[in-house]
Amino acid sequence: MPSLKDLKTRIGSVKSTQKITKAMQMVAAAKLRRAEDAAKAGRPYAERIEMVLANLAAGMTPGAPGPKLLTGTGEDQTYLLVVATADRGLCGGFNSSIVRLAREHIVRLQGEGKTVKVMTVGKKGYEQLSRLYGDLIVERVTFEDVKTVGFDQAYDISSKLLEMFEDGQFDKALVFYGAFQSVISQVPTAQQIIPAEPPKIEGEDKMAAPYEYEPGEEEILETLLPRYVAVQVFRALLENAASEQGARMSAMDNATRNAGDMIDSLNLQYNRARQAQITTELVEIIAGAESV
Amino acid sequence: MAQFHFSLVSPERELFSGEVDAVVVPGTEGLFEVRENHAPLMATLSPGMIEVHRGGEVTRTFVRGGFADVSPAGLTVLAEKAIAETDLQGDALLAERNEADSVLSGSTATPEATLNAQRAQDALAKY
Repeated sequence: MPSLKDLKTRIGSVKSTQKITKAMQMVAAAKLRRAEDAAKAGRPYAERIEMVLANLAAGMTPGAPGPKLLTGTGEDQTYLLVVATADRGLCGGFNSSIVRLAREHIVRLQGEGKTVKVMTVGKKGYEQLSRLYGDLIVERVTFEDVKTVGFDQAYDISSKLLEMFEDGQFDKALVFYGAFQSVISQVPTAQQIIPAEPPKIEGEDKMAAPYEYEPGEEEILETLLPRYVAVQVFRALLENAASEQGARMSAMDNATRNAGDMIDSLNLQYNRARQAQITTELVEIIAGAESV
Repeated sequence: MAQFHFSLVSPERELFSGEVDAVVVPGTEGLFEVRENHAPLMATLSPGMIEVHRGGEVTRTFVRGGFADVSPAGLTVLAEKAIAETDLQGDALLAERNEADSVLSGSTATPEATLNAQRAQDALAKY
């Protein structure tokens, strides 16, 4: 049975923990709004570039030799998994669920006899993956010294990817990130970025008038594809940022509630112990008075 | 004058969206002006100033890298980097200049990259 003093200090410590989690929740809520705005602001560019690429790809004759970024290397042997996670923990299962999805892919691909390479973006993913697959990690990027992730960071990552692709270090690249759906739901997602997979356009969306291209179609495709990859990476990073804050917000909300429950039960225990002590004292006094 | 829809977007946000009279775009193959009912066109951009004519007023924006997409729905410029003329000073201006200079002073640049850097320098020269 803990003494009254013990209980009191425990209540105090749980209370200060609750204050911290509450503050973290509010910070995450504010950051989430900003991250969501950033994700929304980036959407027009991504949508337009996707549409342009889809138009161009649809106009290409099937089977014709196109840029490698679109058609692939023709092989399917080496995979590069880009695992994007957060730099910080305390956001529920956010990081772990992305890593778990990546691990499932690694196991499956290795089972099929493919070569797997890993590039981690964010500290937590590196920490978790390096334990099991340390020798597969070829590249790691963290944003610890960057305040808000901008297009520049995405561009750096994508140019690294393109360099490795040109070098023939992998055939296919997949990016793993947490797609933001709502504050309580973030879905770990795997998306292929190299070779690019533009969405198919059907029926009415197809352009009616033939485009003129300046310079040629191929040159445009060649400058467009690297940008498309960068945009895809950027989108993954933005989604990740929003998801991270959302996950942290709900995790901290839970923690605050748990701390509240704990304080209630500790308070009850404290009051019981106090009453028991008073009763014992009274009994002692009465017993003492009677014996005189 | 008849107006058409123009939007200028960078990866991070939409910088401009609205009805305009005419837009001068610095294409890789030369400047071109887009007005209402322009034929559908897809062009790559060189660094330079985009001039937006709207109700007698002209606003300029420095853009680097990207595409111009003219469709029946209007003109969309996807710029990798876009800085409004009014913001083209101090650090931002210096950073753009340095970028162009470093390409020109390097020996590895492709002819296209050198051309682009020169155009960037020309566009920035008067600021």
